[in-house]
Amino acid sequence: MTSASPAPARPGRQRSLLRSLAVQAARIALALFFAFPIVFMLVSSLKPDQQIFGDLDGIKAFLPVGHLSLDNYSGVFDRVPAARFLLNSIGISAVTVVLGIFVNSLAAFALSRMRWRGKKIVLTAVIATLIVPFETFALPLVWWVNQLPWLQVNGFHLTLAEGWLDTYQVQILPFVANAFSVFLFHQYFQSIPKELDEAAVIDGASWFGIYRRIVMPLSGPAIATVAILTFLPAWNSYLWPLMVVQSENLRPVMVGIQYFFQLNPSWGQIMAYSSMITVPVLALFVAFQRAFVSSIASSGVKG
Amino acid sequence: MSTRPAAGAPPTRPATQGRARRRESLAALGMVSPAVFLLLLFFVVPVVLAFALAFTNARLVSPVPAQFTGLQNFRTLLDDPLFYKSLRNTFYFAAVVVPLQGGLALVLALLVNAKVKGVNFFRTVYFIPVVTSMVVVSILWTFMYQKAGLVNELISHLTFGLVHGPDWLNNPSTSMPAIILMSVWQGVGFHMIIWLAGLQTIPQDLYEAADIDGATRWVRFRYVTWPGLRTTRTFVLITITIAAFSLFAQVSVMTQGGPLDSTTTVVYQAVQTGYAQQQTGYASAISLVFFVLVLAVSLVQRFLTREKG
Repeated sequence: MTSASPAPARPGRQRSLLRSLAVQAARIALALFFAFPIVFMLVSSLKPDQQIFGDLDGIKAFLPVGHLSLDNYSGVFDRVPAARFLLNSIGISAVTVVLGIFVNSLAAFALSRMRWRGKKIVLTAVIATLIVPFETFALPLVWWVNQLPWLQVNGFHLTLAEGWLDTYQVQILPFVANAFSVFLFHQYFQSIPKELDEAAVIDGASWFGIYRRIVMPLSGPAIATVAILTFLPAWNSYLWPLMVVQSENLRPVMVGIQYFFQLNPSWGQIMAYSSMITVPVLALFVAFQRAFVSSIASSGVKG
Repeated sequence: MSTRPAAGAPPTRPATQGRARRRESLAALGMVSPAVFLLLLFFVVPVVLAFALAFTNARLVSPVPAQFTGLQNFRTLLDDPLFYKSLRNTFYFAAVVVPLQGGLALVLALLVNAKVKGVNFFRTVYFIPVVTSMVVVSILWTFMYQKAGLVNELISHLTFGLVHGPDWLNNPSTSMPAIILMSVWQGVGFHMIIWLAGLQTIPQDLYEAADIDGATRWVRFRYVTWPGLRTTRTFVLITITIAAFSLFAQVSVMTQGGPLDSTTTVVYQAVQTGYAQQQTGYASAISLVFFVLVLAVSLVQRFLTREKG
């Protein structure tokens, strides 16, 4: 903040004061531009429809005033199994994150700290997968997972069933291995001194022991980064579950809300549902803001 | 060719070392294999299938096995007027979004790249749409874009009642601009952070030197900041382009490709064909064309933004 000083104002000084005021004004105007739809959503979720529309033409659209209640929220739960959708998304995201951290860090450990033949080729191949957007192979992937077998419990028998459509695993397993996560772990692991491994090897530690007791405990920031970058797309995923999930009880929140939206419910209820699936992420974001921002920033670091 | 030590152990090395080496290799293979297996299963196989199925009449669920049909799908594609519309709309979207989002993101980054109090607050606010799901954003803006919706009320207020906005999403000439504005609003914070990271890698003494030379702000930007952002620029350009080409959720939620196919895109058409109509073969052909498109454009961009000199 530029504060007025007692020194006599010179033209240059005045100009820089004006400039910083203009910059601040621009920041505020942009903040309003980015915040207003979200504020509107949160505020409207508490209002009856009539009032949402009545408040549209003024500043009241963005203020929690008038008849406020949680009716819209209970209305959502009355119309669709929203709790089920939320639980599905929480479960799917959590499992994807945990498996993703494990599988990708393990691979990165072998790729960054161990000596073996073919490692350069594997690393290059893994990184090369980054240039292919998911949308280009999503449809063949639907066809493919529909051919895959899966163990099924039939009474006391385990049988092989064909086709992964309409399951939980189809929403999780394709997103566990992630080249970008491998890459991030790889970069991070290289900054941990290799002397630690050598000392541990002399002490008779196994490679998995080094991974588990030495490298992973030192990798908090990398783990947080991968957790965030896996969680966000898992929670927000839409295209994939739209194609592979039909049953209502397997639906994640984003497909759930699109389905709810098509039922033509009241706008207040739509805003309530939207708020419900957005606020947890916003809360996480505010709590871990620093980690969020640095994880996104590190995705722009040249490899 | 680099001269590396031969793979065979030198005769002086004790046998135990060779065994440790072999154990290390085995352990390493064990550790990469889960990730490699999953990538093979869910990346390599479907990418190969995208090529293979494009030449067949495969359907998602069918009692009859898929048959090889050669170039039939591609011939159908070339005669499909909807495909040309999808291509046109996809290019339209990308051509506007890439410079708009990239440029606005840079402006935002410059605005918040200051060591003053409260700047962190603005970074946080600008970033909020990024963590909000595109589906939620699309639903929210569908409401705001109505004829008597929030956007038109704002326009009317800001122009003192002179301008009355259109019915954004139901008008073929405003539907795509409406989706563009919303998409930029949602995604720009992401690239602001990338630019910001790039800005912070520029050595501070370059700015100090420029100040001593009495450089104006523009000169500083032109000769210090802009060249310093070269690698960041390539990254931002390519990620926005690929994301723009992949336009899907907004269309699926807000317009279903309408009105009059004014918002249908290549990915939307592929999903409609492959999922709603279950024509996996034809959808794979569209995906393949899409893949070649993305690859070509990012290669061209990489070439144009390559390191010169």
